[in-house]
Amino acid sequence: MTPTPALRRSAARTLLRLWPLIRPVRVHMITAVCAAVFATGASLTIPLVLKWMVDGPVSTGDLAGVWAGGAVLLLMGGAEAVLAGLRRWVLARPLARVEASFRALLHARLQRVPMAFHDRWSSGQLLSRVTSDLNQIRMFLSFPLMYLVVNGTTILGGYAILLAQRWTLGMVLLAPVVPLLVLCAVFESRYLVASLRAQDQSGDLATAVEESVLGIRIIKGFGRQRHQIDTLVGLAGRIRDTELDKARQLAVVRAASALLPELALGAALVIGVAQVAGGDLSAGTLVAFLTTALALRWPVESIGSLLAMGNEAAAATQRCFEVLDEPEEGEREPKPTAVTTTRTGPGELVFEGVEFRYPDALAGSPPVLRGVDLRVRAGETVAVVGATGCGKTTLTALVTRMHDPTGGRILLDGVDITDMPRERLRTEVAVAFEEATLFATTVADNVLLGGDGLGEADMWSALEVAQAAAFVAALPQGARTEVGERGSRLSGGQRQRLALSRAIIARPRYLVLDDFLSALDIRTEVLVEAALHDVLADTTALVIAHRPSTVLLADRVALLSGGRIAAVGTHRQLLRENTEYADLMGSGPQLRGGGDDR
Amino acid sequence: MTSRTTTGQATDRPRRAAPEQAAASTLADDQEAPFDQDRLPTPPGSSRALLASLLRPHSRRLWASALLVLLQQGAVQSGPLLVVVAIDTAVPALRGGDPVPLLSVAVAYLLTAVLAGGAQYAFVRQSGRVSQDVLLGLRTRIFRQLQDLSVDFHDRYTSGRVISRSTADVENLRGLVHNGLQDLVEIALSTLYISAVLLYLDWQLGVAALASTPVLVRLVRSLQRRSMRAYRRKSTATASVVVKLAETLNGIRTVRAFRRERANDAAFDVVNRRHELASGDASLEMTRYIVFSRLVADTAVAVLMLWSAYRVATGMLELGVLAGAVLYLRRLYDPIDRLGMLLNSYQAAAASLEKIAGLLLQRPGVPPPATPVELPVPRGPGPGRALVVEAASFAYRTGGEVLPRTDLALRPGSTVAVVGATGAGKSTLAKLLARFHDPTTGRVLLDGIDLRDLTDADLRRAVVIVAQEPFLFSGTVSDNIEIGRPGATREQVVRAAEAVGAHAFITALPDGYDTDLRARGGRISAGQRQLVSFARVLLADPAVLILDEATGSLDLPGERAVQYAMRTALHGRTAVVIAHRLSTAETADRVLVMADGRIVEDGAPADLVAAGGRFADMYRAWNESLR
Repeated sequence: MTPTPALRRSAARTLLRLWPLIRPVRVHMITAVCAAVFATGASLTIPLVLKWMVDGPVSTGDLAGVWAGGAVLLLMGGAEAVLAGLRRWVLARPLARVEASFRALLHARLQRVPMAFHDRWSSGQLLSRVTSDLNQIRMFLSFPLMYLVVNGTTILGGYAILLAQRWTLGMVLLAPVVPLLVLCAVFESRYLVASLRAQDQSGDLATAVEESVLGIRIIKGFGRQRHQIDTLVGLAGRIRDTELDKARQLAVVRAASALLPELALGAALVIGVAQVAGGDLSAGTLVAFLTTALALRWPVESIGSLLAMGNEAAAATQRCFEVLDEPEEGEREPKPTAVTTTRTGPGELVFEGVEFRYPDALAGSPPVLRGVDLRVRAGETVAVVGATGCGKTTLTALVTRMHDPTGGRILLDGVDITDMPRERLRTEVAVAFEEATLFATTVADNVLLGGDGLGEADMWSALEVAQAAAFVAALPQGARTEVGERGSRLSGGQRQRLALSRAIIARPRYLVLDDFLSALDIRTEVLVEAALHDVLADTTALVIAHRPSTVLLADRVALLSGGRIAAVGTHRQLLRENTEYADLMGSGPQLRGGGDDR
Repeated sequence: MTSRTTTGQATDRPRRAAPEQAAASTLADDQEAPFDQDRLPTPPGSSRALLASLLRPHSRRLWASALLVLLQQGAVQSGPLLVVVAIDTAVPALRGGDPVPLLSVAVAYLLTAVLAGGAQYAFVRQSGRVSQDVLLGLRTRIFRQLQDLSVDFHDRYTSGRVISRSTADVENLRGLVHNGLQDLVEIALSTLYISAVLLYLDWQLGVAALASTPVLVRLVRSLQRRSMRAYRRKSTATASVVVKLAETLNGIRTVRAFRRERANDAAFDVVNRRHELASGDASLEMTRYIVFSRLVADTAVAVLMLWSAYRVATGMLELGVLAGAVLYLRRLYDPIDRLGMLLNSYQAAAASLEKIAGLLLQRPGVPPPATPVELPVPRGPGPGRALVVEAASFAYRTGGEVLPRTDLALRPGSTVAVVGATGAGKSTLAKLLARFHDPTTGRVLLDGIDLRDLTDADLRRAVVIVAQEPFLFSGTVSDNIEIGRPGATREQVVRAAEAVGAHAFITALPDGYDTDLRARGGRISAGQRQLVSFARVLLADPAVLILDEATGSLDLPGERAVQYAMRTALHGRTAVVIAHRLSTAETADRVLVMADGRIVEDGAPADLVAAGGRFADMYRAWNESLR
């Protein structure tokens, strides 16, 4: 479900893209690194102090020296504790803030990318980016990154000391560096790929889990729970396989970074012993040399795990930037003198040769709309009728610029809507879709989001029109009742009526209604339509209709067929004159008595 | 749902007993917003119990992993010993012309290096396998449970929380199972080894050093308690983030159309901020622990050192012994940080496991039969089965009857239309017939057998319900139709699509039946989606078919195709059709009119029209709308 095969970058280059986000906390990060270095220093000094005390004041019975040593110990210990705390404290809030601001950025972008993006991406993939991936990045910034720096420096410094102490033996210890570097490079590229795969798979799993809940009625209705569980477990199993692959690679690197330096150390030991025996080297120097080498063990060994976490963070970063690299829906420069054609005036909605094909449509496939010409006059209601899948809903999506036409133009008040800021356009035009999307909040919040600065009174009058006032009043907490996820506590008809209330509450000048009463029983529909007549009197409205009862709302009807408006007229006129229309509207011999076997 | 809300049932008070709820209920500190049941009630210790039950099947392999860590540590620790041996014995031996000790050291070093590397390799792979199996086991349990829980549960709990439980919360366990064992073994090993050495060198010093343990234990406990609170909040906040974003993504068209972007940003900021705070709090708890435990440890070292110096001065302790013991003294406290981190990841996992345990403890709404009864072959002449509602009523546990006592017998092979206003109880009746719910009193019988006595497989093979929303899963058109009968051949799929009049538009899609519908049903219209859902039914070929307003979005040609299919391909099936459009009702054998949960009219459509009642009114209104 990840549509874009991501550009391959190295882990380091990918991680560098985080810089703008980290910049605000760079001082904190540097402070933390310094604190980590000094804390390490303090903890390395304490054993030296202990040794000094035993060899010095304690053995000589120097009481003052003992107390002084104790004081130094306490001081160093306190410093160690405070520095170790400082390292964490200085980053705790700032890194949480970095994560949160990255998340806010992703959220804001997701709301503003072109709709085609959402057609391409499953929500699970996006959700997993906003949670697990960001978490992974924060964890990397808080610990492994710092230790890559600290341990890297320690290793470099340690090797410098080793070379200074005895460069021949130092070279022996350096010998495994080249194979280890090669191994790490290979590991990096492969582990990054595996991490990406694992995270993509967990996004797919999130998608499947979401679907298994949203589609629970279907799964249960067909008794497919077993099948669904198998599917989900299969997806989880794929994650497991990828993680095992990662573990295998990690095992190689961790084993090698334990084994190779150890072998070198063994070799250095043997050579050193031979040199000491031969008198070329003092035993003390060898001991000092080996002690330093042993101290480097943990930093060297840790590099494998740290790199692994770095790669996981790089994969996470890459996935987040796949979203952030998607540009927001652009606004065209608003033309100061917007073209006002003489032919259209205020309150009119005009389609001029509107063509549309989806951006991801196959090359060569016909466009959905291929030249729609339609004029909805001020205050007029036009119904659009057409066979299922003919592009009616697409047409409504163009009016609110969910998509932009690929040819022709749409004029509102005589102005090309692509010259209008979307914000304004969407204030002018209100919509109600067949699949009434309600949000998991109260009835009131759902209805009131139809406009700004509206109150209870507006809400109730809108609910009246939609014949929703009675059932809303009867809800346990009236308009303050929560409607549940996607309005699931309400029936389809109730949801549609709330969505209609939302569309009309602000008394918009333009209204686009897409088969918005399909789930209503006939009585309610008749009542809603009667009430709507008043609202529609001075509203320019485009109504998508499937049934004659809805068509009756309209002053005129347009038949959409083959991507064009094939006929325009009144319902009766078209019933008489257009066979396609008559067939769609069910008129004819099939209507009664069920003799509709075709 | 309809009837539930309109008849005044409180469905949204968070603390009220829901249709199914775990027996134990100990909600502790976290105050939760209304409707927010992120933390379902769990008995104390449930996260630990869940963890134990997840690890138990793998105990053998866990021991093996622990053994590998021991081996690896043994090999690593013998390095310095070999250095000592080399310098103390190999050097003089070599000077004396004897290379054997040096060679033995070389061989021993090689062996320990290989052993350390090999054990490391084996451990990483082994623990990877175990931990992934644990996670898979946990996920499998969650998925099973999700499918067992009722539709109503999911409406309340929301998909966002479910996603959060099965991804973010499971991943929180990952940190623990991946590194926890190694940390645990190494910490224990180091503490035991060093305590033993200290006690051996100077038992008084050893005992005194161990005396600092109670203080450290208290710090550990306080860390556990406090970070648990932070992690609980964090897990809840993660779920809120997911819920919020999932809602925005699923309703993106509405968000755009009503210019909700900025309002959403603001609302998201609230949950995001909550997450940020909890996340920061958890880190700060760890900081607090590190500072205090280090202070305790370092103070202990200083005090013990002074005490030892006093003892040396008074001759109670030999200087040589102290020289040996003093370095171990410091190292005794080395694992404190790691212990903190281990506990930290344990608490993060525990907070998540607690949430998961709450989910797993929910009892399914409709329990499987203890002793299933087999469904006999259909008794009637056709494939249809008789469906009988016997003195059944339905009420949510919260009180208030949705469906008062109802009796109803449906003949095999008959088509029954159920009509009535929104909230009349039609959907509740459908849910009882399909056993989405069990009746509160009375029973529902399929060919004389109580639905509660049938296995789910038998029941679903016989009774299929098509819900109002034509939800499509991601995957191809063909995959979606195959839900009706997994493993159906392409030919069967095509035949089903043809029968409902969906074949034409499907073949017009870019890849025909193999077209990927992508997220949220992609670009096929609502009507087309309903045709696809209906094609599933033809493939499932049930004996009883319940359509719960499943044809609302169809245009009239689509509706005609479906009706045609019902008369031909599904001929002889018992059908219960809930529909607003009377075109379905007028062709039914029998019409039930429902109002306020009761069946108020019952008869053949023509008779009801002639009798002049509610149905006659509706029929007239509908006819007018056609003119």
